Amino acid sequence: MNGKVLEIRGLCVDYGIGADAVRAVRDVDLTLHRGEVLGLAGESGSGKSTLAYGLTRLLPPPGVVSGGQVIYHPAEGPPVDVLTLSPARLREFRWAETSIVFQGAMNSLNPVHKVSTQLLDVIRAHEPTSTAASRLARAKDLLRLVGIAADRLDSYPHQLSGGMRQRVMIAMALALEPQLVIMDEPTTALDVVMQRQILGQLAELRERLGFAVLFITHDLSLLVEFSDRIAIMYGGRIVEEAPAARLYAEPLHPYTEGLLHSFPALRGPRRELTGIPGSPPDLRAMPAGCVFHPRCPKAFEPCDERVPVLGPPGVDDPTRAVACWLHPAVAPLPR
Amino acid sequence: MTISPSSIEQVIPGQGAMAQPSARARRRRFRFVANAKAATGLVVLGVYALLAVIGPWIAPYDPDARSADVLQAPSTRHWFGTTHLGQDIFSQILVGARSVMVVGLIAGVLATVLSILIGVTAGYLGGAADESLSALSNVFLVIPALPLIIIVASLVDQAGDLLVALIIGLTSWAWGARVLRAQTLSLRRRDYVEAARATGERTWRIIGFEILPNLTAIIASGFVGTVIFAVMSEITLAFIGISSVSSWNWGTILFWAQGQQALAQGAWWWFVPAGLAIALLGTALALINFGIDEFVSPRLRTGGRTRIRTADGRTVRMRVGFTPVLAPRAAPVPMQDTREDRTS
Amino acid sequence: MRFLLQRVAFYLFTAWAAITLNFFIPRIVPGDPVQSLISRNQGRISADAIASLRVLFGLDSDRNLWEQYVAYWGQLLHGDLGLSFTFFPAPVSEVIGSSLPWTVGLVGVTTIVSFLLGTALGVGAGWRRGSWIDGLLPATTFLSSIPYFWLGLVAIALFAGPGSFFPSSGGYEPGLVPAFDAYFIPSALQHSILPAATILVSSMSGWILSMRNMMVTVSSEDYITVAHAKGLSERRVALSYAARNALLPNVSGFALSLGFIVGGTLLVEIVFSYPGLGFQLFQAVGSKDYPLMQGIFLIITISVLVANLLADVAYLLLDPRTRKS
Repeated sequence: MNGKVLEIRGLCVDYGIGADAVRAVRDVDLTLHRGEVLGLAGESGSGKSTLAYGLTRLLPPPGVVSGGQVIYHPAEGPPVDVLTLSPARLREFRWAETSIVFQGAMNSLNPVHKVSTQLLDVIRAHEPTSTAASRLARAKDLLRLVGIAADRLDSYPHQLSGGMRQRVMIAMALALEPQLVIMDEPTTALDVVMQRQILGQLAELRERLGFAVLFITHDLSLLVEFSDRIAIMYGGRIVEEAPAARLYAEPLHPYTEGLLHSFPALRGPRRELTGIPGSPPDLRAMPAGCVFHPRCPKAFEPCDERVPVLGPPGVDDPTRAVACWLHPAVAPLPR
Repeated sequence: MTISPSSIEQVIPGQGAMAQPSARARRRRFRFVANAKAATGLVVLGVYALLAVIGPWIAPYDPDARSADVLQAPSTRHWFGTTHLGQDIFSQILVGARSVMVVGLIAGVLATVLSILIGVTAGYLGGAADESLSALSNVFLVIPALPLIIIVASLVDQAGDLLVALIIGLTSWAWGARVLRAQTLSLRRRDYVEAARATGERTWRIIGFEILPNLTAIIASGFVGTVIFAVMSEITLAFIGISSVSSWNWGTILFWAQGQQALAQGAWWWFVPAGLAIALLGTALALINFGIDEFVSPRLRTGGRTRIRTADGRTVRMRVGFTPVLAPRAAPVPMQDTREDRTS
Repeated sequence: MRFLLQRVAFYLFTAWAAITLNFFIPRIVPGDPVQSLISRNQGRISADAIASLRVLFGLDSDRNLWEQYVAYWGQLLHGDLGLSFTFFPAPVSEVIGSSLPWTVGLVGVTTIVSFLLGTALGVGAGWRRGSWIDGLLPATTFLSSIPYFWLGLVAIALFAGPGSFFPSSGGYEPGLVPAFDAYFIPSALQHSILPAATILVSSMSGWILSMRNMMVTVSSEDYITVAHAKGLSERRVALSYAARNALLPNVSGFALSLGFIVGGTLLVEIVFSYPGLGFQLFQAVGSKDYPLMQGIFLIITISVLVANLLADVAYLLLDPRTRKS
C-alpha cells in the first residue's frame, strides 16, 4: 500500500433536482490505495452502483452529483478533482486513468461493431499519434492477456459467449494501463465456474500490472476472498470499512453481521444462516437516526434519533471504521 | 422491438417499470391528462366532436343552397366565402365535420378490434396460428393501403360514409396487429402470466384480465393512429371523386374547389379552411399519440428539465455521459485541474 | 443469406396475395361495371381485347372459378393487363410503362431523400435533447398532419403561377420530346422541384420523430455508457455508437411503412398533373377505367415489394447479427 490513488470525500448523489430530489448516496468518504482491491458490498438499492457511476460522472439523467470531491492522484503530477473537470478534460481522463467493467456483459459491447473496432477506437482516441500497426499489435496482446485467441478480433459481440465478452471488456479496461479499474458486478451474469476463472485471471493480472480495483458486488463471500479491504454500504452510506479478513472474522456493524450470515462460510467453522429481516429502506422516506435501526436486532435508545458517524471504533484500531452506536467512533474518520 | 432493460436503469428509483401497483397507476393516469401535449390534443378533439354533433344545427346556411353571392371572398355574411354556386363554405365545413368524425370513429374502432383479435391471438397462441396470422398482417402491411382502398371504393358506385369506413377499417388493421403481437409475446413470458397459466386459469381470463389491461396504451395509440389514417383516406377518396359527392365532408369541398379551378381563380378561401380543419384534427390526434408515447416511456419527453440551475446560479445541461455536478465551486478545492496546457 | 431468402419468399407470397386479391375484387363486387364499359364501346374494341377483359374481370361466367383463376394468371404472365379506356385503345401495360419512370423519379427519390434527411435531423434531436430541433417538432407534426395533396395545392397557390419559376403542372415543358438531352432534363427537373418539396416537407417529420425516439432509447443502453466511459469523442459516441444502432429499427420501420407512404405521395402527382402513376390512377378513377386502375395497383404493389427487398438488403448490410450464415 504505497499512497492513495483515489479519495472520495463527502460525495452526495441525487436523482432529480429540488423538491423531487432523492438522495441515493450521502456523505460517502472512501479512500483507495495504489494496487489494492477495495470491495464495496451491499444489498440492491444500497447505492453502491450509484456511487460508482456518480464518481465517474456516468450517471444518466435524472442523476446529479450534489456535493463532495473525488480526488484522483495520477502516477505523476498533482492530484485532480474529477468533479471539476471540463467535459474535454474528463474525456481525456476517462479510461486512461480509471476504466470500468460494467455489470451487463451482454450489453456492454456495441452489437454492430467488431471487437477490433471497439478495442482500437479507445486506443486511438487517447493516443492519436500511435500508428495503426502498433494499435493492432496492442489489441492482440490485450486479448492474449485475458486468454482469448487474437483471431477473435474479427468477431462480432453476438458471436462470443458471455464469459468471452466479459473477458473482452476486461482486456479493453486494461488497454491504456489505468491505475484504477472499477468493476460493477463484473461476474454476476456468469455461471460459477466462469466466475471463478475470470476472478482468478483478474487477481493474476492485478499482480502483474499493479492497478487498483474498486470491486462492487452484492456477493460478500466473493469479496472476502478476493479483496484487501471491504466497505459495506447501506441506505446510501458507508456503514463499515475494514480489512477483508478482520471484517469477516469480527464484523462490528449489525448489518455487516447480517450480510455475513446470509451466505454459507466457504472455509472455517460452520455458521448459522439467518439473513436480515425486513427490506432496504425507501430512498424517498428514510428513517431518522441510523438508517438501519428499523431492521436492526440490536437497536437501542440513540439509534432512532441520531445518525452515527463513520469512524474508528477504538484508538488502537485505525485500520477500520464503523458507523454504529454500539461502537461509537472515537474520532471522525481522518481525511 | 423489445429493449433489454439496462443495468443502469435498474438503479434509478421510480422509473422503467410499467406494471405498478394501483395507487401508482392512478397517479400515472392522472399524469397522462396532465401531459400538456395530450391535454391540448384532447381539448381540440373535443371541439371537433362537439362540431360533429351540433355542426349541422348551427350552420348558418344549407350547404347545398345556391345563392347569388357567387365566389365571394370571406365576409361577415359568409365567414369562409362562397363557392361558384354561391354556397356558403363555412356551412359546408360545419356540416362536413360529422361525416369526417363518424368515418374516422367507425374505421378506427373496426381496425382496432381486428388488430386486437389478430395481434393478441397470434402473440398469445404462438406456433402455427401465430405464423399464419403474422404472415397475413405482414401482407396487409406491405400492400399499399390507399391504392387498394381506391380500387375497392371505385368499384362501388357513389360509396357512402358507412361503406367507406368499412373499407378503410378492413384494410388498415395490420400495423396495430403487428405491434400488439410483439407486446403480447413479451407479456406472455412475464412471471405473473406464467403463474396464471400454471394455476390453470382459463385462456380468455388470462387474456382479458392479465394481458389486455397491460396493452391499453398500445391499443389506444393504435386506435388514434388508425383514426388519423382513416380521416386522411376518407378525405382523399372524396377529393379524387370516388365517394359520394352529394354528402358533405372536407374532401368533397376540396373536390369541388379543384374541379372548379379555385386556384386559378384566386379563390384561396375555397380550399384553405378545409385543409386547415384537416391539419388541425390530424395534429390534435398526433399530439394525443405523443402523449401516450411519453406516458409509456417517460424518457421520450421533450423539453422538460434538460437545463438546470445550480445553487450558485450556473446553468448545467442534463446529458448522458456527463452527470452534472451541483456542488458549489466556492468550496475549498485544494487541487485544481492542472492539465490546462494540454489540448483536447 | 437465409434471412434474404426468407424475405424473398415472403415478398413472392405477398405478390401472389396481391394478385389474387386483384382477381377477386371485381368478382365480389355486385354489378358489372366493365360489362357496361364494353357495351358502351361496342364496335370499337377488337374481339381479342374483349376476350382479355372478360378473363381479367370475371365476365366469362361459363367457366368455374379455378379455370378463371388459371386463365387470369396465364394472361398476367404474358404482360396482358387489358385495354385502357382512358387512353383508348392503348394497352394498360403501355400506359403504365410510360408513367412508371416519372413516379420512380419523383416519389422514389423524394421518399429516400426524406428518410435520409429526417433520420439525420432525428439523430441531432435525439442526441442533444432540448436543442432547436426539439422546438421544430410541433411544427413538423402540424405539417405531417396535412394531406399531401392539400399541401401541394397551397404550394401552387403560393409559389407557382404566371411568371413564376415554378410551373404549376405537368412533368416537362409542353412541346419538348422526352429524351436525355439538354432541353428536356432541366425542364423535367424544374417541374419536379415543387412536388418534390411538397412530399419532403410533409413526410420528413415522421422520420425525425422516430429517429429521435430511437436515439433517446438507445442512449440509455449500456454500450453507450461504456463508450462515454472510454472517453471517445462526442461525435464518435453519437454517430458510431448511438446513431448506428438507432438506425436499425428505423430502417425496418422504413421498409414496413413504404406501402403507406407511397400511397399518400402518389396523390401529390394529382395536384401537379405530374405524368406519373398517381395522376394516371386519378384519371382512371375519373373515367371508371377499371383495367387501368387494377394494373396500376398491381404495379404499385410490386414496386413497393421491390423497394422493401432493397430496404431488407440495406438492413442486412447494417446489422451483423442477421448476417449469420
